[in-house]
Amino acid sequence: MSNKLIDIVNVSKSFDENVVLDKLNLYIRENEFLTLLGPSGCGKTTLLRILGGFETPDSGEIIFNGQNINAIPPNKRQLNTVFQKYALFSHMTIADNIAFGLKIKGKSKNYIEDKIRYALKLVNLEGFEHRTPDSLSGGQQQRIAIARAIVNEPKVLLLDEPLGALDLKLRQDMQYELIRLKNELGITFVYVTHDQEEALTMSDTIVVMNQGYIQQIGTPEDIYNEPQNAFVADFIGESNIISSTMVEDKVVKMLGATWECVDVGFGKMRPVDAVLRPEDIVLVKPGEGVIDGVVTNIIFKGVHYEMDVLANNYELLVHSTSMYPVGTEVGITVDPFNIQIMKKPESEDAEAVGIEE
Amino acid sequence: MKNKRLLSGPYLFWAIAFIIIPLVMIFYYGLTNNNGQFTFSNLARMTTPENLKALGLALLISLISTVICLLLAYPLAMILSEKNVSQTGFMALIFILPMWMNFLLRTLAWQTLLEKNGVINSLLNLLHLPELAIINTPYAVALGMVYNFLPFMILPIYNVLSRIDKDVINAARDLGANNLQTFLKIILPLSVPGIISGITMVFVPSLTTFVISDLLGGSKILLIGNVIEQEFKQGSNWHVGSGLSIVLMLFIIASMALIAKYDKDGEGSMF
Ligand SMILES: Nc1ncnc2c1ncn2[C@@H]1O[C@H](COP(=O)(O)OP(=O)(O)OP(=O)(O)O)[C@@H](O)[C@H]1O
Ligand SMILES: [Mg+2]
Repeated sequence: MSNKLIDIVNVSKSFDENVVLDKLNLYIRENEFLTLLGPSGCGKTTLLRILGGFETPDSGEIIFNGQNINAIPPNKRQLNTVFQKYALFSHMTIADNIAFGLKIKGKSKNYIEDKIRYALKLVNLEGFEHRTPDSLSGGQQQRIAIARAIVNEPKVLLLDEPLGALDLKLRQDMQYELIRLKNELGITFVYVTHDQEEALTMSDTIVVMNQGYIQQIGTPEDIYNEPQNAFVADFIGESNIISSTMVEDKVVKMLGATWECVDVGFGKMRPVDAVLRPEDIVLVKPGEGVIDGVVTNIIFKGVHYEMDVLANNYELLVHSTSMYPVGTEVGITVDPFNIQIMKKPESEDAEAVGIEE
Repeated sequence: MKNKRLLSGPYLFWAIAFIIIPLVMIFYYGLTNNNGQFTFSNLARMTTPENLKALGLALLISLISTVICLLLAYPLAMILSEKNVSQTGFMALIFILPMWMNFLLRTLAWQTLLEKNGVINSLLNLLHLPELAIINTPYAVALGMVYNFLPFMILPIYNVLSRIDKDVINAARDLGANNLQTFLKIILPLSVPGIISGITMVFVPSLTTFVISDLLGGSKILLIGNVIEQEFKQGSNWHVGSGLSIVLMLFIIASMALIAKYDKDGEGSMF
């Protein structure tokens, strides 16, 4: 999994005045499941379209297997795309849709028929061969789009929010199937989603994007536990982002108290952002924690209770399996390992770019 | 509910006054003789050698014109549909502009251009080139049809082409199809509805026209439209004129049905 399959070097793309991607650098390794994660309009689809060959970058290079493929048309690229809006061929049956790529490649009739059956089974739509796309629901069309791409066994599969139209149960089933497929066929996945949970469960590597800039690249654990800036912390999971001061290595002043943490190298008396995940905040008896607070709101969420706890004029979001009625005084403590310190962005621009000096 | 009925009133009146009643009258005249007795003889008049010849010639010329229109219109519609709106506006205008001029005037203009001593031949003479002698031939009539009806072929095809999702075309390319394969397997089949309405909108007026053949064919080119016109105007024989109209109408309905059927058959085996 170590060698680079796709290398995206300094790629920029704008539409008229609108800069969508700005000098973006990213590499994708063979057999990797890489997810592009970011809010709507941040350029995920645009990046995918550049990889697929449907948009040409204004500058920069796309290197595939060591070769520059900027000028290679989509039909000559060894990758297939699952389009965000499915893009099925409405004048063909489902079977003909799935067979399209194979027929172009001149595969035998038997091979194609086997593949159609296999693919329909995979996406749980057996018996749909002779239906037309119009007669399918959005979720079913989406699964046909996946089947149509997958039968070609490409080296790389580009998927643009391929499970967006599915309900939770079906989505989880399909997530499982896709991962199984990836392991079975050894396909490299470049996966676009704005569903952070999906990204965390499926990916080897997550690329968090905002406004055309990469915010952070890392494993799901890295991204979740050690967000590098407030945007990532905020976007991935719920979090409390608290303006604090780094007193010295391993000591941070936040919420009017001094806390022990594990981060080093921020200097002395420097303003920083501290991230506290709601599930990492531990509620104890008043006086036994680092600071005290009052429960102001509580909602039952199934597995846990979600509470707002007011402490030193800051409303902390807390998840806990024990229930504390509104008005309860509580003590608050956090394991030093669970306090994540981040540099403060110097300006708004820097915030978008995620510049770290 | 009541309001809706009220709203449809004018349309109902229109339909009855200007569609149903004329049709009933044509059928009445077409199926009776001078004495008001029922007869098929007016319809049978189509089978006289002169009339058959006129029908055959009309079919041939309008078929050729329709094919030429299709061949000219399709590439143009494709170019138009690939451009963005501001560019299309200008291009489309150039082709639609003639439509804003009177149909008769446009055809008369061609007459002046093509005449024996007309503009084109004067120019050719000036350049010492051989003269063009197509006025009063079927070629001139076909030219007139193509010129007049081309926009009616471009518009419906442009319409369907511009509505094809670009990602559907991208998907075909993505799955390995080259430009030609993408055209044959995706773009062409998806544009069939536009082609069919284009064919209808060119073929039907071409088949029934008498103005174009009058002006550009002189008295030499007699199409079925001219025959019917003469029955009504010179012969003042509404019975025969209506009878021939009915037969022509049946012809048109039959050919449309044929196209529709071919389209249905085609859909499954297109790939
Ligand atoms: N063909 C185009 N012409 C003009 N602007 C475009 C075009 N395609 C995309 N954009 C713009 O580029 C930006 C990024 O679009 P993109 O489709 O890549 O977003 P995205 O991250 O995929 O969002 P979503 O999650 O909503 O799909 C948007 O501001 C969009 O308006
Ligand atoms: Mg998108």
